[in-house]
Amino acid sequence: MHEPQPRPDDDLILRVEDLAVHFPLGGGLFGRERRLLRAVDGVDLSLRRGECLGLVGESGSGKSTVALSILGLLKPTRGHIVVDGREVVTNSRSADRKALARTVQIVFQDPYASLNPRQTVRRTLEDPLRVHGVTAKSEIEDRVATMLKHVGLRPEQADRFPHEFSGGQRQRIGIARALILNPRIVICDEPVSALDVSIRAQIINLLLELKDTLGLSYIMISHDLGVVEHMSDRVAVMYLGRIVENGDWREIFERPAHPYTQALIAAIPDPLRHAPLATTGGDLPNPLNPPNGCAFSPRCRYAEAVCRSEPGPVLETRPDGHAVRCWRSEEIAGRRALASTESGSL
Amino acid sequence: MTGVPLIEVENLRIDLDDGSRRVAAAEGVSFRISRGETFGLVGESGCGKSITALALIGLLRSPLSIGGGVIRFEGREIQRLSAAGQRELRGNRIAMIFQEPMTALNPVSPVGRQIAEMFVLHKGKSWREANQLAVESLASVRVPAPERRVNDYPHQLSGGMRQRVMIAIALACGPDLLIADEPTTALDVTVQAEIIELMRNLCAERGTAILMISHDLGLVANVCRRVAVMYAGRIVEERGSADIFRAPSHPYTQGLVDSLPRLGSRAALGRVRLKEIAGVVPAITGFPDGCRFNPRCAQATDICRTAAPETDLLEAGGFVRCHHHA
Repeated sequence: MHEPQPRPDDDLILRVEDLAVHFPLGGGLFGRERRLLRAVDGVDLSLRRGECLGLVGESGSGKSTVALSILGLLKPTRGHIVVDGREVVTNSRSADRKALARTVQIVFQDPYASLNPRQTVRRTLEDPLRVHGVTAKSEIEDRVATMLKHVGLRPEQADRFPHEFSGGQRQRIGIARALILNPRIVICDEPVSALDVSIRAQIINLLLELKDTLGLSYIMISHDLGVVEHMSDRVAVMYLGRIVENGDWREIFERPAHPYTQALIAAIPDPLRHAPLATTGGDLPNPLNPPNGCAFSPRCRYAEAVCRSEPGPVLETRPDGHAVRCWRSEEIAGRRALASTESGSL
Repeated sequence: MTGVPLIEVENLRIDLDDGSRRVAAAEGVSFRISRGETFGLVGESGCGKSITALALIGLLRSPLSIGGGVIRFEGREIQRLSAAGQRELRGNRIAMIFQEPMTALNPVSPVGRQIAEMFVLHKGKSWREANQLAVESLASVRVPAPERRVNDYPHQLSGGMRQRVMIAIALACGPDLLIADEPTTALDVTVQAEIIELMRNLCAERGTAILMISHDLGLVANVCRRVAVMYAGRIVEERGSADIFRAPSHPYTQGLVDSLPRLGSRAALGRVRLKEIAGVVPAITGFPDGCRFNPRCAQATDICRTAAPETDLLEAGGFVRCHHHA
């Protein structure tokens, strides 16, 4: 495996513009104020061909809502999603839905819950082909066998049921199901966090190999920053429904600019050191009642009056493509640089 | 350390009765924890780490039972205590926090009452006094506005706040040993840091020993002074935590350390293919003969397939169970 070179043809396979997904909650009937949960509120993302975009953030930050919207499974309140040149439209003709399903697929977190226990692997892999108009028996058989080999299973295992497989093998089946229609984009939603620790490397290696051999683009959703660093070309960090930082993987991990990204990285326990973990203070705020100004300000050690006042900071893109949503990121970067030269380390 | 260890587990075997036969879900498990020490038990699901903890507090229930070995708390054999004697230990001297606070807490009882109960049952306080102590307990685990929060039900609290309540209950009676079974697995990484630091600081202040159980070797190595790695019902390696990541001795531990992408390694070394541990985790009913890791081990030879390795003491401290260890 080698470090991917920057591609000269920066062609985008996915563009998400100003995506917002709001869920109305209760109220409204007798003139009570209708409460609105802004799960995703103005997200811009882009994915280049052959790229892996890491999407990180704590639970409730809106990562999975973004994923479901890209899959056409949630109706956005606002914004556009353009996949391979075609706008994603929900509740529309089945032809459009099918075209989308042939382009974008998902690998789920839990391979115990996401496979139908009463279907053989063959049935699980054949059904999408039939729905999408592959009728020739020999072709179906060929494609199922080829796909099983791609994910490291034997074609003769196709007639078994999910319970006959281990967790790692089940996730291989989940990956095969996602890839059977030859999609261009695969959303990997925590693909290894439900697996035994000693099995995870097998699945991470497999996903990276498949990405190269089949020319796929990934959106990798994970809370394991080690996995995200290993797999991603670019990383977007979400907090309370918004992107707070977006940039090249090396920039994000070596020079995180948003205090939240810094807090996430600092909270990872260092196994080689018996040292206290860096704490941020407080929990994720209630998304029904988000704080004024910057959503991270109540937990941020750098927060000042400007951070708590409306309007909140905007996502500003620097010339090198690194984007940050923080009023004080320049100042903080300067301070961190100073501190690191003084103490000799971060 | 002098004198009697706080807790001593010797050659513990835990049986699983699957109706037709008994299989050992854990066997030959031995370790000691001194007063105030932090000790970690690491392994994958099904390796026997959680049932070992349940055995320590006498909470194994059918189809699991202690099939052999001895557990001593301050030199006294726990299995020989009466039910009342065990209850007196449990909660009062040995406390436990669980992975999922939502299922471990009583959903229909205010959290303050669940804390106060500890003082009523173990310390003979009146409910009135106990309620006051519950407010103090919540304050000590840094729950904001504790005098109001005591009236909240678990569903009204966030995951991190619920785990704080669990810690408040566990530490209410000032136990000598806190067993933390995957205490932060259900939590986000920044909340995990909060909870770990809280637990670590409170226990250090009070001299409470910690037995931490987790699948996350990195976290345990950071939190605990000594770490034991379990695989398929046996402890395969026990080391000081400083050594276990730098110089793992058992091939399984080496595999774990090498197979996980660690933060910063790509920046330093480029993206190298992760080293995989071949094969799958064996089922409890089908543990292999000899060394239980042998079907997945690159170094396995004939002896590994027939004879279970004995405990080899390491020069740097700790021990390993492997015929060919580093």
